[in-house]
Amino acid sequence: MFTHVPNYPQIEKIETGITGFDLISSGGLPKGRTTLVSGTAGSAKTVFAVQFLAEGIKRSGDAGIFVTFEESPADIRRNVKSLGWDLEVWEAEGKWLFVDASPDPGQDQVEAGRYDLGALLARIEYAVAKIGATRLSMDSLGAVFAQFRDAALVRSELFRISAILRQLKVTSLMTSERTQEYGEIARFGVEEFVADNVVILRNVLEDEKRRRTMEILKYRGTSHQKGEFPFTIVSGRGVLAIPLSAMELKQKSSNVRITSGNKELDAMCGGGFFRDSIILVSGATGTGKTLITTEFLKGGADKGERCLLFAFEESREQLFRNADGWGSNFEELEESGLLKVVCAYPESASLEDHLIEMKDIIEHFKPNRIAVDSFSALERVATPKGFREFVISLTSFIKHQEVAGLFTATTPSLMGGTSVTESHISTLTDSIILLRYVEMNGSMRRCLTVLKMRGSLHDKDILEFNIDGGGMHLGEPFRHVTGILAGNPRETPYGIPAI
Amino acid sequence: MDTVDKTDQRTEPPAVKKNPWILRLYIAGQTSKSLSAISNLRRICEEYLAGQYEIEIIDLLKMPQLAEGDKIIAIPTLVRRLPEPMRRIIGDLSDTEKTLVGLQLKAK
Repeated sequence: MFTHVPNYPQIEKIETGITGFDLISSGGLPKGRTTLVSGTAGSAKTVFAVQFLAEGIKRSGDAGIFVTFEESPADIRRNVKSLGWDLEVWEAEGKWLFVDASPDPGQDQVEAGRYDLGALLARIEYAVAKIGATRLSMDSLGAVFAQFRDAALVRSELFRISAILRQLKVTSLMTSERTQEYGEIARFGVEEFVADNVVILRNVLEDEKRRRTMEILKYRGTSHQKGEFPFTIVSGRGVLAIPLSAMELKQKSSNVRITSGNKELDAMCGGGFFRDSIILVSGATGTGKTLITTEFLKGGADKGERCLLFAFEESREQLFRNADGWGSNFEELEESGLLKVVCAYPESASLEDHLIEMKDIIEHFKPNRIAVDSFSALERVATPKGFREFVISLTSFIKHQEVAGLFTATTPSLMGGTSVTESHISTLTDSIILLRYVEMNGSMRRCLTVLKMRGSLHDKDILEFNIDGGGMHLGEPFRHVTGILAGNPRETPYGIPAI
Repeated sequence: MDTVDKTDQRTEPPAVKKNPWILRLYIAGQTSKSLSAISNLRRICEEYLAGQYEIEIIDLLKMPQLAEGDKIIAIPTLVRRLPEPMRRIIGDLSDTEKTLVGLQLKAK
């Protein structure tokens, strides 16, 4: 069957410099070709178009032409300043040139006979030659169609322009409008003339939450990642895509053990946690998750490791007071520079923005261990799908950093059960520690068990534990009780399992 | 503003030299559209604006940088620079009626 495999010339790509997009697109935009970027109003098309040129200038000094049909150059200059791009500087350096085709307000135009868009073409050719541009963005095609009555003529003229850009070896990006998030690719059938490459930007309202995604719909003759990838817009950086499935599973795993901060828990885990591992601590509210987090951080800092805590449930004051009560002085640790505590309300930002910020802090602080307390608080601000992507993205990012991560998850019911976080994260974690309430003989007791310890033996007992001014103390196993994890403990007085 | 313009046209006879018309025609090379736009413009001006008009022809193949100021996209484009306000008409001007409406030499 495969005797004749034609040897097509490989399509070269140029890196856009848009974080994540180059990974999704397996290397960037096809060189010398035109790519259509289509999206609804507010889907960040213009930001994408500006960023394509801005990154070209910043990374490799590639000069770029921006053809605007909608906003005036003055508006664009002003709007993108907050994203960290000072176009005037680049214009003065001859790296950026506007071709202003935006309509003058109030000036109507009469059509009296045959015409074509030769002037636009002449201006583009002139601009490309003037600064030696290799990148071009055109924003947006819908506005060209609005200026002229003959849509078929505009289509064929745009086709001519993209053919000439190809001859000039200019890699170009054209934006166009869509009326629905899931429907025709673009208005006016523009995808037909630049059908080789199509990128869709979406801004979907899902369960009252905005979720931006990008998808490469078509990349003729060249590979790319399939499906929708979440992205966000960060001031000072622009569009940041978060490629999930594009990420490689190449985390190293080591056999180096680190302390959990609690000797008895270390013993249960067969000598401590592994250094490059993700540990999930799951339990109902008040079972001791924040305590385990505190001991984990204290234990690390005592060994001179850098520790980072993201707290989404409690304020700094609360955390520090709690830690004090268990014999850990967070204030001193922060002063020594070994501990950094970052508190935020889950609702203060979208999940994508939290992710970007957390990654930034991690890259900047370079911790040896990271704790997130609680991870499940972030469930509130995302859709289940969005949360799942966040979990995967953060865990794999942490694993790439080769540090230990400890996440806590709050179970919704007091006596057991699982949280959404657990179901998303449990397969990604290397260790799972469960904390549970046990109701026995008219009193509430707490217990702990290590459910999973990848790559190691561990104690399978369900141990009772107490908390005092020195922290957590593991006690005796519950030998005569069954059904604890199911949230339905029953005593079996003579060591015989209840039926 | 439009009404004022139209009233002017109707009430006052063309005031020769007093109110000069300055028309700029953008073309790109000697294409059939360009050539027909030039001849149509000359014909219309002779008929309606004899003695009080100036035509400037800009070939964008020779001077592409001049398209930037008037933000020209289509070819041919006729720009009425004077009298104000500025108006533009695109096409080869083969539709005389529309050209006259565009130049406000005739009410819609």
